[in-house]
Amino acid sequence: MSSTIRPGGETPNDFLQIDSLLDDEERLIRDTVREFVGDRVLPNVAEWFESGYLPKELAREMGAIGLLGMHLDGYGCAGTNAVSYGLACTELEAGDSGVRSFVSVQGSLAMYPIWAFGSEEQKQQWLPGMASGEIIGCFGLTEPDAGSDPGAMRTRARRDGDDWVIDGTKMWITNGGIADVAVVWAQTDEGIRGFIVPTDTPGFTANDIHHKLSLRASITSELVLDGVRLPADAALPGVVGLKGPLSCLNEARFGILFGAVGAGRASYEAALTYAKERVQFGHPIASYQLTQRKLVEMMVKVNKGMLLSVHLGRKHDDGTLTAEQISFGKMENVRDALEVAREARSILGANGITLDYPVIRHMNNLESVITYEGTNEVHTLVLGHAITGIPAFN
Amino acid sequence: MRIAVCVKQIPDPATPYDLDPVTHRVVRPNDQVLDDTDRFGVEVGLQLAEASEGTVTLFSMSPSGSLQGIRQALAMGADKAVIIDDENLAGSDALTTSRVLAAAIEREGFDLVIAGTESTDGYTGVVPQQIAELVDVPSLTFARKVEVTDGGIRIEQQTAGGYDVVEAPLPALLSVTSGVVEPRYPTFKGIMQAKKKPIDTLTAEDLGFSADQVGEAAAGQTITSVEPIPAREAGEIVEDDGEGYLKIVALLEQVKVI
Ligand SMILES: Cc1cc2nc3c(=O)[nH]c(=O)nc-3n(C[C@H](O)[C@H](O)[C@H](O)COP(=O)(O)OP(=O)(O)OC[C@H]3O[C@@H](n4cnc5c(N)ncnc54)[C@H](O)[C@@H]3O)c2cc1C
Ligand SMILES: Cc1cc2nc3c(=O)[nH]c(=O)nc-3n(C[C@H](O)[C@H](O)[C@H](O)COP(=O)(O)OP(=O)(O)OC[C@H]3O[C@@H](n4cnc5c(N)ncnc54)[C@H](O)[C@@H]3O)c2cc1C
Repeated sequence: MSSTIRPGGETPNDFLQIDSLLDDEERLIRDTVREFVGDRVLPNVAEWFESGYLPKELAREMGAIGLLGMHLDGYGCAGTNAVSYGLACTELEAGDSGVRSFVSVQGSLAMYPIWAFGSEEQKQQWLPGMASGEIIGCFGLTEPDAGSDPGAMRTRARRDGDDWVIDGTKMWITNGGIADVAVVWAQTDEGIRGFIVPTDTPGFTANDIHHKLSLRASITSELVLDGVRLPADAALPGVVGLKGPLSCLNEARFGILFGAVGAGRASYEAALTYAKERVQFGHPIASYQLTQRKLVEMMVKVNKGMLLSVHLGRKHDDGTLTAEQISFGKMENVRDALEVAREARSILGANGITLDYPVIRHMNNLESVITYEGTNEVHTLVLGHAITGIPAFN
Repeated sequence: MRIAVCVKQIPDPATPYDLDPVTHRVVRPNDQVLDDTDRFGVEVGLQLAEASEGTVTLFSMSPSGSLQGIRQALAMGADKAVIIDDENLAGSDALTTSRVLAAAIEREGFDLVIAGTESTDGYTGVVPQQIAELVDVPSLTFARKVEVTDGGIRIEQQTAGGYDVVEAPLPALLSVTSGVVEPRYPTFKGIMQAKKKPIDTLTAEDLGFSADQVGEAAAGQTITSVEPIPAREAGEIVEDDGEGYLKIVALLEQVKVI
C-alpha cells in the first residue's frame, strides 16, 4: 500500500479545516477509504471507464474493509455513524462516481430496505453476504415510463395462492447485470411493496445498457420481470407505500451529498495542480486573474459543500435530519460539483478532454448524479414545497 | 505465540515538519501517523498470531500525542499497546530507544519481537539488532519472507544479490522489509474497537531507568548541525545529434553504473 496524501492543516483542499470537526475514528475511516481508493481505484479507473466496466471482485475487497452497509448495525455490518458513511462516500467518489454508486446501491438501496423492513429471516439470509460483498444487490424502482414520478409505476405483483407473481420492467438499474439479488418495488392490491428477488429466479432477466457517456465504470441495466414467481416470504413485511422506496432513497441521497463533494474536490485538485504548472504567455496560467477566480470559486464550493455535508451528517447522527434537508444537500452539492468539474475542465484545456486526467470523467459522471436519486429539479420542487407550503409537482 | 511488534509514530511524511533550531529534534505534532514501514511488521505479527492463536502487543516509544498512529495499528487488529512516553526521554539516541523498548518488551514477556528494518524519519536502522542483543535472543534481519517452523522461525533474508535462508529457535527477533507481506487495511470494525483496546502508558522510571540513564543526558550521539538539503542543480542536457547515446554511455561509465 502506498501512502497517500492526507489532509491536515492549511492545505488548499481543506481551507476551512473541516478536519477539525471530525473525531479520530472518523478521520481514520476516511483515511482508510482514501488509501483504498488510491491503491485500488485511481490506478485503474480510467481503464474501467473507457471499457465500461467495474470489476466484480472489488465488492469483496470493499466488503472486507467494512464499506458495504457500513452504517447499518448487526448482521455483519460495521455499524459506523452516518458521518463516517458520508466521508467514505466522499473518498469513493473522489475516485469515481461509479464506484461510489456501487456502494450506495449495495448499502443504502439494497441492504437498507432489508435491514429496515425485512423479517428476521430475511435479514439473516441476505445481509451478512451482502456486507461481505459475496452477494451483490440492486434496487429496482425506476421504469421506462416512471422516473421522477415513481408512483406511476406499472410493475405489478399479484397473489397466486401463497405465492407472488411479478410482471414489469425496471429501467436504469445500477448493478442490475451483476446483481445476485434485486429489491424490486411493485404495485400490489395494498399499495407499493418491496420484494426480494434472487436474480436466478425464472422469468427474471437483466439487459445491460450500453453506449452510456456517463457513469461508465458502473453497470446500468434494464430488469425484465416476466411472470417471476416468488414465495410468500419474498415480500418485505415492514412497509407498504411509496415511503418504503423513498426512505431508501433518503439514505442513498445522504451518501450522495457527501459523495459529490469528492468528485468536485478531485476536479479542483487536478485543476489547481495543472494551473500552477501549465505555462502560457510566459507565466503559469494560475497567475492570471481569470484562472484564479475559477480556482477560488471551486475551492469555496468544495469547502462549503463539505461543511454542509458534515452538518447534515451530525443531524443524521442525532436523529434530527429531515428529508427536505437531504434534498437541500443533494440539490446543492451535486450542482456545485458539476460546476466545479466544468470549470476544472476548462482550465485543463485540451488535456481536460482526455482520460489522462480525472476531470472530464467526473464531469460526465456528475450528469448522472444530478439526474438519479431525484433530479435537481425534483429536489428544487421539494424545497419549494417546504418553504411555500404549495406542492408544484403537477 | 506472544508477539511484540515495535511501531513508531512519526510526523506525517506528506506534510512538512520542522526541526527545533536549538536541539535539532523533530518538532513532533500532536497527530502522528504510524510509520508506513511498521505496517509490514504489524501484518506479519497478525498473520503469525492468527495462525497460532497468539497475541500481538505493540510497543512504541514516543510522545503519545493523539495516539493516532497507535490506533491505526490497533485498528489493523493488534490486541494492545504499550507506550513509553516520558519527558525525560527527550533527546534519547537510538541505543537508549532500544534499551527502553527492550525493557518494556521483557517486562511484558514475548516469544517473538518484530520490528521494521529502518524507520522513515530516523532511519538509523540499528534499533532491531540492539533490542535483540539487549533481550538476548537471535536476530533474523531483513526478512522478505517469514515461515514458522517447529519451535522456530525461518526467513528469507534479503541480500544485495538475492536472499539467504536463515533460521532460529524462539524466542527471537525479526526485522521485516517493506513488501514482506501486503499489509491489510484497517477494517471499520477494527477502527471502532481500537478505542476500547488497552493502551498502557509507562514512564522510563516504571522500567527502572533513572533520569540520567535516558534522554539527552545519556545520549552517546549528538547532532552537531543540521543543513537544509541543497537545492537541486539543473541537470546536464545532452543534445542528440545522432551520437547522443555515446555521451550517455560515457556518463554512465563515469559514475560506474556500467
Ligand atoms: C446512471 C444511472 C443509474 C441509475 N440507477 C438507478 C437505480 O439503481 N435504481 C432506480 O430505480 N433508478 C435508477 N436510475 C434512474 C433515475 O433515478 C431516474 O433517471 C431519475 O429518477 C429521473 O427519471 P427519468 O430519467 O425518467 O427522467 P424524467 O422523470 O422523465 O425527467 C426528465 C426531466 O424532466 C424534469 N421533470 C420531471 N418532472 C418534473 C416536474 N414535475 N417539474 C419540473 N421538471 C420535471 C426532470 O427534472 C428532468 O430534467 C438511474 C439513472 C441513471 C442515469
Ligand atoms: C538526537 C535524537 C533525539 C531524539 N529525541 C527523542 C525524543 O525527544 N523523544 C523520543 O521518544 N525519542 C527521541 N529520539 C529517538 C528517535 O525518535 C528514534 O526512535 C530512535 O533514534 C530510533 O532510531 P530510528 O528511528 O533511526 O530507528 P531504526 O533503527 O531506523 O528503526 C527500525 C525499527 O525499529 C523500531 N523502532 C525504532 N524506533 C522506535 C520507537 N521509538 N518506538 C517503537 N519502535 C521503534 C521500528 O520498528 C522501526 O521500523 C531521538 C533520537 C535522536 C537521535
